[in-house]
Amino acid sequence: MKKPFLSVENLVVHFPTSDGIIQATNGLSYTLERGKTLGIVGESGSGKSVSSSAIMGLHRNTNAQVSGEIWLDGTELLSLSDRDMQARRGNEIAMIFQDPLSSLHPYFRIGDQIAEAYLVHNQVSKSDARKRTIEMLDRVGIPNPDRRVDDYPHQFSGGMRQRVMIAMALINDPALLIADEPTTALDVTVQAQILDLLQDLQREFNTALIIITHDLGVIAEVADDVLVMYAGRAVEYGSAADVLLKPAMPYTFGLIQSVPEVSGPVDRPLRPIPGNPPSLLNPPSGCSFHPRCAFADLVPNSSCTTDLPELEQVGGGKSVHLKRCHLADTKLMNVDVAAQGDHA
Amino acid sequence: MFAFALRRILVGIAMLLAMVFVTFVLFFAPGNPAENMCTKYCTPEKIQQISQTYGFDQPVTTQFGLFMKGLVVGRDYPVNDEYRAQLEKSNPDLVIHCAAPCLGYSLKQSASVNELIGEAAPITISLAVAAFVLWIVFGILFGVIAAIFQGRWLDRGLVGITLVVYALPTFFIGVFLLQYASIKWKIFAYPRYESIADGGLFGWAMGLALPALTLALFYMAAYVRITRAYVLESMSEDYIRTARAKGLPERVVLFKHGLRAALTPLLSMAGLDFAALLAGAIITESVFNYAGMGMLAVTANKDYDLPILVGLVIVAGAAVIVMNIIVDILYAYVDPRVRMSK
Repeated sequence: MKKPFLSVENLVVHFPTSDGIIQATNGLSYTLERGKTLGIVGESGSGKSVSSSAIMGLHRNTNAQVSGEIWLDGTELLSLSDRDMQARRGNEIAMIFQDPLSSLHPYFRIGDQIAEAYLVHNQVSKSDARKRTIEMLDRVGIPNPDRRVDDYPHQFSGGMRQRVMIAMALINDPALLIADEPTTALDVTVQAQILDLLQDLQREFNTALIIITHDLGVIAEVADDVLVMYAGRAVEYGSAADVLLKPAMPYTFGLIQSVPEVSGPVDRPLRPIPGNPPSLLNPPSGCSFHPRCAFADLVPNSSCTTDLPELEQVGGGKSVHLKRCHLADTKLMNVDVAAQGDHA
Repeated sequence: MFAFALRRILVGIAMLLAMVFVTFVLFFAPGNPAENMCTKYCTPEKIQQISQTYGFDQPVTTQFGLFMKGLVVGRDYPVNDEYRAQLEKSNPDLVIHCAAPCLGYSLKQSASVNELIGEAAPITISLAVAAFVLWIVFGILFGVIAAIFQGRWLDRGLVGITLVVYALPTFFIGVFLLQYASIKWKIFAYPRYESIADGGLFGWAMGLALPALTLALFYMAAYVRITRAYVLESMSEDYIRTARAKGLPERVVLFKHGLRAALTPLLSMAGLDFAALLAGAIITESVFNYAGMGMLAVTANKDYDLPILVGLVIVAGAAVIVMNIIVDILYAYVDPRVRMSK
């Protein structure tokens, strides 16, 4: 069987500290094909960004302990030398980040910052790199690119800065683009533009796209597949339609429930998930979510507090839809989620 | 950019004028300065003589006007017209014309303040420049090294050494270097100031080596720590992650992206530290017996020689103001955000 384009297998990222080991990512697996979009959802500290930075090899300069396998187009990335990884970073794999202002260097012209990404991976002259930079700026929708190429980051608005970051990430036609909360720091109106742009560019370059977000609206709009993470583990994985409309894990269910509805009745109360994200230093026993789970009582023998559930196929479906939950019958969650509003 | 520089310079001139006024009022207005300046074997005649020489018998506003006139077109001593006319007949040697920009005249040293500062300034400036070069080069170098090896032995060693050096008083380092590096081990000749005109560049540098090192070590220790902190801070910024994500080699990430942001704030600090040294390094100059502005200030203080003190304060203040303008302009050059906001 042909390997998927991107295959993350049993990825573990641990940060040793003086207080103990922070288990940021624990045994994460997923696959992604070119042209497809995977949405990774979860609260702050669930391991979304950490696991994706591992694909970029961004933990190599830190004291992080990374294990598992990451296969990209037939190559295992974690076993590559620093030099080989560096040649792929920003070239085959690119990443854009949450806050475009702090992610751009304040002292350098944006044109130079973008061209730098092109020059480091291609044997071209500076003027060719500049030409290509202006093309990319034009492509991501920056007006007057031949003038703005010489401006500094602080002269751009938030949305325009994120476009600059996208131009920088896509200048080498990466096969895989990781967008870490690309719209979180932006105005709502600009968010939609940036998402549209990302989707356009994805179609154009046939890029595999990973979008990390805590915004289910973003997932519903762009993702083909969804991976829900909690405390460093995948807790639910499947097609966007399956996960958003037929959530099989109480955490996903809680996430969907806590989205405010603009079109619903005004007095509908918000239903947040009670409690706080767990400590990654001393994760709860059994299922990490059990202290906050409203349905843990429904599981016999209090298995939720003692046994970590395996990721397993949700019964009945033909497509892959995995959940990590002891609760056998999702109908016990007792709410018809589809009727809550159309998130998809 | 030009408008920016021009505005800074105009503000600087205004500050300089305000400073001259405040200094003048603080030093010459209270009590009877002539009585204080006349230290030993004082007679009423002598007090009157000092008072008439410096014009203390006139209203402070008049004195300030004369002082400003001296700065712009020069002035004559003694200030009192009758006394001067009388001296011109009896003892014309005691009538002095002080040419613009006249900072004052010292009766005790029988020299204009300009001459005294003019002799001391090259020594102090040489010392400050040599120390500045040493501490900037090595302070930043060791600071960057410590940051690169953060948490490892090299870093701990450097940080530990800086703590010790920082805690040592300047007179200890100075006397230690003099005793051992020069007298005992004879690595350096006994330090003596030689101008570039007399000793050439080499003689100038060798004469300055030990005092400059003494002065530099203290600052170097501070700059190692500050550089280390700034580099570590800058290397944890988001734009460093972006630089790595682009696939840049780590040395480019550090030396281009990291250092550019880390060293910029050092600029303003270095400018002001350097300006402060231009007022004279009193302890270092004393240890090595360098007749710089620090020594001049010590002598003037002992003698209650107000004109010299006022002149030194004004020169030191002017140095700070000028350095500030230079730093501001350099800052606008290196940080585009400053340049654009004007």
